Amino acid sequence: MSLLGFCQWLAETHWSVALHESLWVYPLVESTHVWALALFFGFAMILDLRLLGLALSQVPVSEVAKKLLPWTTAGFILMIVTGGLLFYAIPVRTYQSIFFRVKVLMLILAGINVWVFHSTIWRRVAEWDRDPVTPRSARFAGAASLVLWVCIIFAGRMIAYNWFDCDRQPQPEIVNWAAGCVVEPE
Amino acid sequence: MLLPLFEWFELTTVGEIIRSSVWLFPFIEAFHLVAFGVLGGAVLLVDLRLIGLAFRSQPVARVAQEMKPWLQRSLAVAVVSGSLLFVSESVKCYYSEAFWIKITGLFVALIFTATIRRKVTMAEAGNIGPIWNRLVGVVSIGLWATVAWGGRWIGFS
Repeated sequence: MSLLGFCQWLAETHWSVALHESLWVYPLVESTHVWALALFFGFAMILDLRLLGLALSQVPVSEVAKKLLPWTTAGFILMIVTGGLLFYAIPVRTYQSIFFRVKVLMLILAGINVWVFHSTIWRRVAEWDRDPVTPRSARFAGAASLVLWVCIIFAGRMIAYNWFDCDRQPQPEIVNWAAGCVVEPE
Repeated sequence: MLLPLFEWFELTTVGEIIRSSVWLFPFIEAFHLVAFGVLGGAVLLVDLRLIGLAFRSQPVARVAQEMKPWLQRSLAVAVVSGSLLFVSESVKCYYSEAFWIKITGLFVALIFTATIRRKVTMAEAGNIGPIWNRLVGVVSIGLWATVAWGGRWIGFS
């Protein structure tokens, strides 16, 4: 089964339809998604700012990371669960949304950024833990994380708009390609 | 009484420009959302510290002092972007319950933050009982949560 086929199947399931058509639950899930943003993005940003020497610069980096981790973890789980539900409510349109695809791509990049950070400069954190301004590669990781998450928020917000939806034709070929639209030849 | 004023807002050049553009409103909205995220982090960290749930290794005053510039900056961006969104659809806002809940919550939150919360966070450690710290943290989270939910709900009405 293709991914599109899977999304089409998902859209037919009982709970997907119920969620989509609910007056209260869908807005509630979406509000919770936004609220989790404050927890996850807000706290991840504080660590990024610490790496850049822009906040809590008198506090050891490892202490900041350790104290924030339970909260960013909780925020991330909440984001994934509510985000998953939002996708589940509108699977096909979301799957074929350019903004959603860009968002997923940037989420992967953000994940890679964390992985690279943890498997390189973070291993030697004891050497620079107390430096107000951290080594260049740690600063780079902080800046990359900030930029990526701001872009993720932008892309996420744009999913709501239908400028490039597959049912709005004609679209430039590149748009249809990027969104994976199946367009009947005229 | 306020309706004529709100109607006038919509007719201003700024309101007109934002309304007639396809991209401008969503773009400003996204800025507003990023500012909200930054504000949320700066507020939540201090409130959770007050409650005693986060960052207990550092004094309240230090955490509050470190977060203050980010609170101010994000608030500035949120207020400017929010005002732009508002003038482009102020009549809709006038009839939106969510808008009034949000604005009322915002004013209460701002006054609370600038007075009671400021006093408590800047106090010498030990001068204010832990129960007051907790209470202030909980009230602050409650107020800002109301602002956030109300804000999101304007779009659903």
